[in-house]
Amino acid sequence: MNIIETQDLVFDYIRRDEEGNVEGITTAVDHVDMEVAPGDFIAILGHNGSGKSTLAKHFNAILMPTEGTVWVDGMDTEEEKNLWDVRQRAGMVFQNPDNQIIGQVVEEDVGFGPENMGVPTKEIWERVEESLRAVGMYEYRKFAPNKLSGGQKQRVSIAGVLAMHPKCIVLDEPTAMLDPGGRKEVIRAVRALNDVEKVTVILITHYMEEIIHADKVFVMDRGKIAMQGTPGEIFSKVEKLKDLRLDVPKATLLAYELQKSGLPLPAGILSGKELVKELSMRKERARNAGFIKI
Amino acid sequence: MALILDHVTYEYGGGTELMVRALNDVSLTIPDGQFIGLIGHTGSGKSTLVQHLNGLLAPTSGHIYYNGEDIHDKDFSKKKLRSKVGLVFQYPEHQLFETDVFTDVCFGPKNLGLDRKETELRAFEALKQVGLPDDCFYQPPFDLSGGQKRRAAIAGVLAMKPEVLVLDEPTAGLDPGGRDEILDLVASIRRERGITVILVSHSMDDVAEYVDRILVMNRGSICYDGEPKQVFAHKAELEDMGLSVPQVTEIMYMLREAGWPVDTAATTVEEAKREICRFFPDLQR
Repeated sequence: MNIIETQDLVFDYIRRDEEGNVEGITTAVDHVDMEVAPGDFIAILGHNGSGKSTLAKHFNAILMPTEGTVWVDGMDTEEEKNLWDVRQRAGMVFQNPDNQIIGQVVEEDVGFGPENMGVPTKEIWERVEESLRAVGMYEYRKFAPNKLSGGQKQRVSIAGVLAMHPKCIVLDEPTAMLDPGGRKEVIRAVRALNDVEKVTVILITHYMEEIIHADKVFVMDRGKIAMQGTPGEIFSKVEKLKDLRLDVPKATLLAYELQKSGLPLPAGILSGKELVKELSMRKERARNAGFIKI
Repeated sequence: MALILDHVTYEYGGGTELMVRALNDVSLTIPDGQFIGLIGHTGSGKSTLVQHLNGLLAPTSGHIYYNGEDIHDKDFSKKKLRSKVGLVFQYPEHQLFETDVFTDVCFGPKNLGLDRKETELRAFEALKQVGLPDDCFYQPPFDLSGGQKRRAAIAGVLAMKPEVLVLDEPTAGLDPGGRDEILDLVASIRRERGITVILVSHSMDDVAEYVDRILVMNRGSICYDGEPKQVFAHKAELEDMGLSVPQVTEIMYMLREAGWPVDTAATTVEEAKREICRFFPDLQR
């Protein structure tokens, strides 16, 4: 069974004037069919206003479909009796950590979710500890959140979701406000969740280099899924991504430029490591053929 | 017509247990027309520094001179300074407040005491320069997209004809297309108006591509000040500070480790390509 599945999902934002008459309708999600298998690392890309956040908000029943259906772990999100279960299965982390941390102390903040679910006290503390350890923030459990850096706050937010034992975690641009160090910390924590804890991850981001390890990438444009595939497949279409106001990791771009100069490199190079490996192979070959002397 | 910071120190909560020294003895000259990138991890003092440049914060000790005058002198007009040193905040929502975009952009020049005609002329000119489509002019600013809001906020500052434009992370949260458009816009404004631009950024790739000079802040001090290549040569130190080098520079270091005698100074794709092609003489450039 898929952890998340949408069928023919449509969502309209309806603008009304002061009397409540409809002024205009914007279709933010336009007939989307999507399937996410348990344990996958999924990335969603798309320009501002392409509908990716609106789509993501359907995954834990913040928004309800205008048309079509969303199932989370087999439960229809529109059925009211499923609401709490849906929100426990699929947790959400937003862009601004200051908007989602409410506790005065880190460990209290992380315990808020399970406490609301009626988890017994002893178990709450166990969950808090294990969640904070999973994101590498256990040493900070007694800290006030306002004393933490942006990357640390985001990791606390992730721990807060983890403590509810979700099967799936949806992160909506979790690194947009962070410095390079914070960005690395958060992405490392998210990848560990997926690799070690086997939590399904859905990551929305504008940073292409963050998703080169994803199992599958969806690219959205005007509410529709414009492209889908592995990172290698998606990032080999440099020009098409540019048209969609996106780009590719710098390693991919460099490989693409070198190809254009006549260096025979394979398509779909995503990281510096792969590029260096390929280039070293080419160099070796050129040396053996006697073209260069180094 | 330079901005000079002379041994500027700034303390929050002075005289209490919680005293924090946000700026520690910063001395700096910002000559006319430079494109400067200001980088540093969260909490390193970037925003505090920037708020000193137009007198929003006053130093605990030290002086700031604009065109040779101490900006905290009794006779110095702060109002004039704020029209000359324009600040664009990270969140356009924080500085847009009027009922429509045009009125919002008029606010600055109107406050300078200009007459209505001149005010509207400047607003129109600024909106044209940032490339907002005409049909946005009379929309509420909050109905615009993220990128458009940022353009409107920049127009509001440009309409005051600043000589120094400071942008605090103008591209955070924008898609790559929007990011390139805003940075290209800033670069073209600087070219056309010959103004100084200070870009506060968390993106090493953006900074490497656009600026002439990088200032790196760490714990309230400027620890590096130089051309991008000079600054990014300190890879290990930058990483210790929670920063990084551009992705391309990272790749050059990896090549070096793999035994390639490459120059690791490349910061842009174009430079890296040239450097790598050196090793394959039979390639067309």
